[in-house]
Amino acid sequence: MTNPRDALTIARTSDGRLVRRPLSPHLQAYKPQITSVLSIMNRMTGIALSVGTLLLVWWFVAAASSDSAYAGVSGFMRSPLGLLFLFGWIASLWYHFCNGIRHLAWDAGMGFELPTVYATGWAVVGATGVLTVVTMIAVVMAL
Amino acid sequence: MSEIAKASATKAGPDLRVDVMQSQLGRARGLGSAKSGTHHWWVERVTSVALIPLTIWFVIVALRLVGHTRADVAHWAANPINATLAAALVIVTFHHTQLGLQVVIEDYVHAESLKLPSLLVIKGAAFLLGLAGLLSILKLAFTG
Repeated sequence: MTNPRDALTIARTSDGRLVRRPLSPHLQAYKPQITSVLSIMNRMTGIALSVGTLLLVWWFVAAASSDSAYAGVSGFMRSPLGLLFLFGWIASLWYHFCNGIRHLAWDAGMGFELPTVYATGWAVVGATGVLTVVTMIAVVMAL
Repeated sequence: MSEIAKASATKAGPDLRVDVMQSQLGRARGLGSAKSGTHHWWVERVTSVALIPLTIWFVIVALRLVGHTRADVAHWAANPINATLAAALVIVTFHHTQLGLQVVIEDYVHAESLKLPSLLVIKGAAFLLGLAGLLSILKLAFTG
């Protein structure tokens, strides 16, 4: 090996042979597309939902603790910050839910044609919008 | 039985050589560099399938319970079916969460000194939060 950078391009085939493979350009070299944007949003909403589990656990623990603890979590959900948190959580939940079903379809070998990928992508965006608005209205009315 | 293969890439030039001292069976048994094959990937899928009905159920339930008193929540959790599904939701949610966050850390945290502690913190937090949610549901289910 003459150039240490070559180490980055060397990979192994499934039968053990070494091959030199090209490096893809850095992420920032690409124009954002519906496919790539929805892909990274799946991961970002997953991280957001991890944060959202804190409220879920807080709610269960408060309900099991005392009336005052439960009043605390209810008060947070009614506050402006709490409503913003709930909105982010609900939007992330429906996005990750819808796009997760899209991913499961891919895992089953369905929907790989490019027009289908675009169509299901926009369907996920539309469904997330509708479900988020409906759920948020229901939450605000119930609170 | 091990086979010694002189592997060299056809396009890589004559300076690229490696000795592979492993049988084909050995390679398959190793299950890849992670030593667990497709297990992580598969469990992520199984939990996501389980979360589809659980999520729909929970959103409907949460919308009915939001704005009610603690006593109403306790009364709801006293129903064994509600407590079972709520416990399942918490278990599957945190299992799926820690599997997903593990991949995020493995993809973006490259320094080994930071990667392992991050993974331990994520897994520990998911375990404790899940346990807290689970015990709270059980307490509500048994005592109201």
